[in-house]
Amino acid sequence: MTDPILEMRGVSKSFFGIVALRGVDLTVYAGEIHALMGENGAGKSTLMKILSGAYRPDPGGEIRIEGKPVHIHGPQGGRAAGISIIYQELSLAPNLTVAENIYLGREVSQSGLLARGEMRERVGPILERLGADFAPSTLVAHLSMGQRQLVEIARALHARSKILIMDEPTTALSAGESERLFALIRQLRAEGLAIIYISHRMDEVYALGDRVTVLRDGRLVGSLDKGEIRADTIVRMMVGRDVSSFYKKDHDPDAGRGHPVLTAVNMGDGQRVRGCSLTVLAGEVVGLAGLVGAGRTELAHLIIGAAPKTSGHLELEGQPIEIRTPGEALDAGIAYLTEDRKALGLFLDMSCLDNINLGVIGRDARFGGILDRDKARDRANRAFSSLGIRAANTGITAGSLSGGNQQKVLLSRLLATTPKVLILDEPTRGVDVGAKSEIYSIIDNLAKAGTAILVISSDLPEIIGICDRVVVMRVGRIAGEIRRGADAPLNQEDIMALATGTEQIDA
Amino acid sequence: MHDSPSQAKTAPAAAAAVAAAQETKRQRVQLLIRAAGMLPVLLILCIGFHFLSEGRFFTGQNLGIVLQQAAVNTVLAAGMTFVILTGGIDLSVGSILAASAMAGLTVSKLPELGMLWLPVAVLTGLGFGIINGALIALLRLPPFIVTLGSLTAVRGLARLLGADTTVFNPSIPFAFIGNASLTLIPGVASIPWLSVIALLVILISWLVLRRTVLGVHIYAVGGNESAARLAGIKVWAVLIFVYGVSGLLAGLGGAMQAARLYAANGLQLGQSYELDAITAVILGGTSFVGGIGSIWGTLVGALIIAVLSNGLILVGVSDIWQYVIKGLVIIGAVALDRYRLQGSART
Repeated sequence: MTDPILEMRGVSKSFFGIVALRGVDLTVYAGEIHALMGENGAGKSTLMKILSGAYRPDPGGEIRIEGKPVHIHGPQGGRAAGISIIYQELSLAPNLTVAENIYLGREVSQSGLLARGEMRERVGPILERLGADFAPSTLVAHLSMGQRQLVEIARALHARSKILIMDEPTTALSAGESERLFALIRQLRAEGLAIIYISHRMDEVYALGDRVTVLRDGRLVGSLDKGEIRADTIVRMMVGRDVSSFYKKDHDPDAGRGHPVLTAVNMGDGQRVRGCSLTVLAGEVVGLAGLVGAGRTELAHLIIGAAPKTSGHLELEGQPIEIRTPGEALDAGIAYLTEDRKALGLFLDMSCLDNINLGVIGRDARFGGILDRDKARDRANRAFSSLGIRAANTGITAGSLSGGNQQKVLLSRLLATTPKVLILDEPTRGVDVGAKSEIYSIIDNLAKAGTAILVISSDLPEIIGICDRVVVMRVGRIAGEIRRGADAPLNQEDIMALATGTEQIDA
Repeated sequence: MHDSPSQAKTAPAAAAAVAAAQETKRQRVQLLIRAAGMLPVLLILCIGFHFLSEGRFFTGQNLGIVLQQAAVNTVLAAGMTFVILTGGIDLSVGSILAASAMAGLTVSKLPELGMLWLPVAVLTGLGFGIINGALIALLRLPPFIVTLGSLTAVRGLARLLGADTTVFNPSIPFAFIGNASLTLIPGVASIPWLSVIALLVILISWLVLRRTVLGVHIYAVGGNESAARLAGIKVWAVLIFVYGVSGLLAGLGGAMQAARLYAANGLQLGQSYELDAITAVILGGTSFVGGIGSIWGTLVGALIIAVLSNGLILVGVSDIWQYVIKGLVIIGAVALDRYRLQGSART
């Protein structure tokens, strides 16, 4: 085998006495896709930030690039060492053009004036090589998430990076966009780039990874070569124990016998959702699948009154009901877990206690508005123990928790209102494997207790693992429905066929 | 990798517990710094001025003056705290104060209704505040623009109310609230009524912010407005409330000024008071983006401003240099705010 392009030996990093990374080794070769896995807080981002120059490692370790020891200081240092990082939250300026973004910080100027034309010309071939379908002069604000990712990659290529680190690049992408990205990543590998690919998603690691390195609690657990990559092995390495039944589905398999709790008829907003009808029965978990942009979240927003509808009506337990605001939805017993918990869900600067109680403090209050602090404390403590929220105490701010614990805090706020209908939008996005499994069993227990649950998810194995029935959306309409049969389990191909509309082409 | 299951389970759990304990400790220290915030600065200023003025600061009489001078700004700053906690701003409080004082004094001269001047002043303020709030909450206009507009418009109305003259009323009812003191221990300790009002306002504000549903909703709207909306909070009602409170307290401030001066002038009264109120809130550690802050910080902030004015006069600094020094204090305070926010930054 050739010499490694990147070698890290015994790299450690601690913050004020808290060790985030201890003695980690990582070896990456040119022309390989190296998957880096681990639960949230395992040290992946610390490792990355050391490589990008954002953090300086503790003395003692060593980083070699192409055999030469390097010290990476600051973002320019990472770039100079040939390392580019594409973060989960893309770092593009939406108000600038593609070319300007690619040249950001290294603008070409002629006698002090920006050489816009020249920058555009030089960017052109790179975009072509990536198969981009937009021009260098396009404003980034007009691009889709997938296209923005291409701009980030173009930026890395333009900087002649030899090592490209990608942090959960498919989080915001649709299935089609992800496929295109994978093809591109393989192309870059063939061109000799080393790619460090960070992901929570097992299917992606299967599809792409030449090697997998797993971190846990800041330590290196081990590396697997292509032939050894197996889901159960990786999960065991990540969580340090067997996750025997990852997806929990113990509730009544014949849940279809409950009474209809939520019925949406002909819902539409005149743009992105048209004529959608669906029913969720008591004790049933219904999946709402579809590509990103199919209108699933928009439909959920129509149901809870977060967006104005132009057509359709709702029935709750057989009674017609008019819902105009999310507050009215909560009062009626319809709770919605947002897909974007940081921007639309949690109050990051407020305590877990306040976050958990927010939906019910009005109901609990005494004398028409004085907080009942004992009730609030009891409820928060109960939520902590029953959902297994791991934090020192309920007074800690929600923003300081890990993704999984944040999600559980948000979920407890909804559960505090004892909803009849629970709409969960990407309930396990950005959540580590252990917490995922716990969230699945929470969903399962709620279904057992008779709650009607609608799960929106782009993670097909998840939908198949936890749902009784799947409704598939395509470009704003309900494309079809797939039932779990006695001898015919749900399968990924059927859902994808409905979601993409290929079954019509076949027919 | 070949850990036995039990080992593998306890090691991370113990590590997590240690990390969590450290996290709480860190948060507690941060909270303390935030809460104590500017209190040390206030104390250092007091002690410094005491020595620089050769012992004239810590006298019963001078402290009374400081408290009295701080009173109106404290009341305005309390209202401003509500507004800034939601991530907004109210530039119109100085003008509302003037208009309310003018309305109050005009009513106080009516033969039959003189006694009603106090509620009229306060309600005038409330009215303007609610108009601000409605424009911001219902028409979704930016608070800066709306209150910048009412800063000018309400100033004009204040001048209109007295036909652009100074209105006097030497026999204004309730004049005691502006000039008399509440005797705590006869002959030993007393506290100006203006300060009593200011302290009551702070106390009630604390109750509302920390002990009521509405208070939690105010912090929630400031922390994350979209999330608040999705969580079923009536964001519009919260916004109208906070601007209403700010207007109401500006009206109360106007009444306090009118009672103290027996007079009001629509042009001069309350000029640039909004700046002192905003400064007090920022000095008190309330974040300009909303969601973080406390009313006690605002009290400390208002006292710092009063102590600074009083102390600089005692020491004999010229009027011109007082401006320069106060301006620098504002910038220093915002720098400190930045530093504190960095301390609580999340990764």
